[in-house]
Amino acid sequence: MNDAVNINKNITVTIDGIQTIVPEGTTILEAAKKLGIKIPTLCHHSDLKPGATCRVCSVEVKGQRRLKTSCNTPVADGDEITTNSKAVREARKTIIELILADHPQDCLKCVRNGNCELQKLAYEYQIREVPFERTVKDLPIEDSNPSIVRDMNKCIKCGRCVEVCQEVQQVAAINTSFRSGEFKISTAFNESLADSPCVYCGQCITVCPVGAITEKDDTDRVWEALDNPDIHVVVQTAPAVRVAIGEEFDMQAGSIGTGKMVAALKRLGFDKVFDTNFTADLTILEEGNELLQRITEGGVLPMMTSCSPGWINYIEKFYPELLPHVSSCKSPQQMFGAVAKTYYAEKAGISPDKIFVVSIMPCTAKKYECTRPEMRSSGYQDVDVVLTTRELARMIKQAGLDMGALHDEEYDDPLGTSTGAAVIFGATGGVMEAALRTVYEVVTGQKLENVDLKMVRGLKGIKEAEVDLAGTKVKIAIASSLKNAKEILEKIKAGECDYHFIEIMACPGGCLSGGGQPFGTTNAIREKRLEGLYNIDSSLKLRKSHENPAVNKLYEEFLEKPLGHKSHELLHTHYVGRKY
Amino acid sequence: MNDGLKKEQILGIIEKKNGEKEQILSILMEIQKESGKNYVDKEWARIVADELGIPLTKVYDVLTFYAMFSTEPRGKYVIEVCNSAPCHVVNGSAVVQMFEEELGIKMGETTADGLFTLQYVPCFGACDIGPAVKIGEKVYGNLTKEKVTELLNSYREVSTCQK
Amino acid sequence: MSKVMPLISANCGKIRPDSVEEYINVGGFEGLKKALKMEPTQIIDEIKNAKLLGRGGAAYPVGSKWQQLYNIEESPKYIVCNADEGEPGTFKDKLLLEKDPLRIIEGMIIAGYVFNSQDGYIYIRGEYEAIQKGFQSAIDNAVENGYLGNNILGTDYCYNLHIMTGAGAYVCGENSALLNSIEGKAGRPRVKPPHLAEVGLFGMPTLVNNVESFANISTIISIGAEKYLSYGTPESGGTKLVCLSGQVVNPGVYEVPFGVTLRDIIYDSELGGGIKDGKNLKFFHLGGQSGPCGSLSQLDTTYCYKALRANGLNVGSGAVVVMDESVCVIDYLKYVTEFFIHESCGKCTPCREGNKQLYAILDKFTKGEATSGDYILLKRISDVMAKASFCGLGQAAATAFNTCLKNFRSEFDAHLRGKCPAGVCFTKQERGE
Repeated sequence: MNDAVNINKNITVTIDGIQTIVPEGTTILEAAKKLGIKIPTLCHHSDLKPGATCRVCSVEVKGQRRLKTSCNTPVADGDEITTNSKAVREARKTIIELILADHPQDCLKCVRNGNCELQKLAYEYQIREVPFERTVKDLPIEDSNPSIVRDMNKCIKCGRCVEVCQEVQQVAAINTSFRSGEFKISTAFNESLADSPCVYCGQCITVCPVGAITEKDDTDRVWEALDNPDIHVVVQTAPAVRVAIGEEFDMQAGSIGTGKMVAALKRLGFDKVFDTNFTADLTILEEGNELLQRITEGGVLPMMTSCSPGWINYIEKFYPELLPHVSSCKSPQQMFGAVAKTYYAEKAGISPDKIFVVSIMPCTAKKYECTRPEMRSSGYQDVDVVLTTRELARMIKQAGLDMGALHDEEYDDPLGTSTGAAVIFGATGGVMEAALRTVYEVVTGQKLENVDLKMVRGLKGIKEAEVDLAGTKVKIAIASSLKNAKEILEKIKAGECDYHFIEIMACPGGCLSGGGQPFGTTNAIREKRLEGLYNIDSSLKLRKSHENPAVNKLYEEFLEKPLGHKSHELLHTHYVGRKY
Repeated sequence: MNDGLKKEQILGIIEKKNGEKEQILSILMEIQKESGKNYVDKEWARIVADELGIPLTKVYDVLTFYAMFSTEPRGKYVIEVCNSAPCHVVNGSAVVQMFEEELGIKMGETTADGLFTLQYVPCFGACDIGPAVKIGEKVYGNLTKEKVTELLNSYREVSTCQK
Repeated sequence: MSKVMPLISANCGKIRPDSVEEYINVGGFEGLKKALKMEPTQIIDEIKNAKLLGRGGAAYPVGSKWQQLYNIEESPKYIVCNADEGEPGTFKDKLLLEKDPLRIIEGMIIAGYVFNSQDGYIYIRGEYEAIQKGFQSAIDNAVENGYLGNNILGTDYCYNLHIMTGAGAYVCGENSALLNSIEGKAGRPRVKPPHLAEVGLFGMPTLVNNVESFANISTIISIGAEKYLSYGTPESGGTKLVCLSGQVVNPGVYEVPFGVTLRDIIYDSELGGGIKDGKNLKFFHLGGQSGPCGSLSQLDTTYCYKALRANGLNVGSGAVVVMDESVCVIDYLKYVTEFFIHESCGKCTPCREGNKQLYAILDKFTKGEATSGDYILLKRISDVMAKASFCGLGQAAATAFNTCLKNFRSEFDAHLRGKCPAGVCFTKQERGE
């Protein structure tokens, strides 16, 4: 094509009087950023295709009658662009005011207060009053599911959530509908999320610029439990939380906040602070053995991982015929709940009905997972409440704890011990790497010298590899995001799949960018959190799940052996196709 | 399944259009016409989504975006009254009143017998004979009180004959 | 000299619309036969020389559009005819679609031949459902007679035409929205770039022209660019179908050569025939609801692209809605704005929110509740709509308002003082309700 973009071609543009050279195809927004000029945006998200709908990023291009949106307009050779003229400022201000006229403006009562892109813009443009007629409607708030709350009164119709749900995840639970003033983001026929294909991955939350989509806040239930002296409240923290929680307290993305987080949890009053990493190691022993059993005994292959509840919801709703491929292992969070209310209860001498298990998760689907009727192996709901990383941060702030000033503390015994293999569960490819570290040694009987299996690392959506286990070739694949999962599932359906083992995570990049993580997740931040997880792994002495002494003790004292009777009772589950 | 259309009928309509995704507008128009109540039910939309291999949310977007579709049952005959400026300046609002009086309903409502729904639509290109209304494929212009009465009676008669 | 010039509307009402035989008897398919003996570039040159400007409203030079698509190497290329005529006051495409479909088909075949396209699509608005049937019959007859389908007129050229229906969305007249609609999606406009010539229908290079533009093609080829150009003004070739409606004696579609005046169109006895019921003209609205409103002082403007533009007016779709002195400008604008509120796709802020707010303030004027401060707000809204809307719909939605405010400021001021000169507004207060 003659007009194809040639990235090797350079273009000279002048922005606000400063000349610069950028590669062809660079947008005005990117070119301006290079010059230290920040053009305000609202609907734009660096990971998503530009929608150019809010029009806040409009700028003047000399010779053009109309303003141009900088998020999607590539610079042309010789362009003279003005980003801060009177006309531009006035247009932006009017646009912000028009948006606000159709917005509740109840910032004080909003979960995004202080962390809202619209609020920030209104502040920057010093909006003191909105001169236009208030047109905001009184739409009902949808909160009839355990994970996600949608308040469409606050929606500014940027379309990011639609892009994520339709294109990145291809779940298509929500979409645009209607037009003009009625234009909205909705499910089909306005059905509840529970009746829709929604899998509660919460990726829509992470891209929402305002408070229109949020997690269901369960902090009050946790405060209540903590305030009750008759209840023994234990908490588990998922691997990916520790490399993201710092972002809520102005630390660099990817900084390792494990010790401070443990200290904060203890200050909040949790009776025991445990680690989901413990049951991540346990998962490897169960799942690794399940894989070997399937391979040697002719079970259904490829086997697929089952840690990600968004993924489980997805396959149950979209591909129920492939459920036999999914490992019967519960997710580490649910294994933890079952172990806490049985093994730990017994050991600590506390009746399980007095134990309250809280999970800190990077995930919104976990909130739904813990309410599943099959997740009551202890005789009680195994995990009582799931809080997202964001909710934990809220509690720490409410308690007035200065995260930066807290001294690192250690997890409690016995469910606080873990290996490097467990912490990398938080990244796409991590479960696979952890499993391979163990399976290799179990199968070959040899020590795996180099545990850094780099071929399964990184944010790439689909990764494939072949591993040689003393002559047995094991073919593996790793997918993150449901669009990529779908690609693999279609291959399996078509019989074009000779993998043995597949790791699937619902969220792009894995749990580190789950729907419960701090706002502002972008690919750049994903990279940082990823780096944080692998840094923790490499800093540890024990890096293979089967070397976890506490897990081994659990088998000795309680479970007996992987895939044993008790394991099946407590650590494994079953799935059902779910119509939507 | 909803009382109006059977699954086989919907599959037949889709089949006629070779099950092509891009024929969705024409498929939904046909379903709406065949429904007898000028609408597309959620269950029918779901069949369309499944057969065309597109998410239901995309069918819903189409149904709610285009003004000719309704997701709620309407009268057997939808009387579409033009409320664009060219008809307005030639006394369009008087025509609205005539229909409202003659039918005993307000704009946007359906008669109790389910025969007529009265609704506003934008210009349908009959400005030279405004004020104009459209019922199904037929356009009626230069409307007067007498013509409105006559028109409604003719539809009532057709409907009685069909019974 | 007659002010009417039936060139492309000559067959309307004179032949059975779907009859290939009758169409041929009045000179039909001559343009196509000639074109099939020409090189594609010669055809494009002929159209360029005829200075045919797009008749949908934007007046983009058709020859240049064809040239741009021709320069793109990727294939297949699609031909699309925009028959989503939705501008209130416009019904000229309807005339052609209904009375002379084979002329449109001929134009589309010539375009198909130029770009070696295998498929052409005509997107006809859902409201023209009855017309779609007649058009399909014309296509079927053309196929039967060897003008469409395989080996057209014994050549190697194969080409099929498909009718696609709209379902009630004015914004689908915007070409990228129209392509989305043909693909079976909601008809919201696409982000540009990429442009449609590069990434159009089903992601392929695509030509989109209006019905009237296609209807001109065969005439240009058969009579030649020079002759064609002689009917218009030096920069606006040919004729234009104008649609007269409102308070005019003879509403209807008329084909006029560029170069007549607005006064001719409204008052000439062969055309509008003056104002109904012996009343006086107050203003006229050109080119559809997205076009400008003109006043008496602009009546002697020549009807051609250049002169109208110089006077702040526009050919647009060819609509001429005529209003007499009984019409209140602000009340009229409320109806115009209501139309855009109904038709905005809703995706961009200026159009979705702007039209609502524009209406709210106009409503205040008609209720005697407006203040002078509202002028500032009106300007801010209309500015941001014109300058920052996503597509042509929002950009043009405040054009009528802007031109009315310019031409009829005194009427706005009168409303501020609680008076409606036309006696339309405040009637409730006056009646003491």
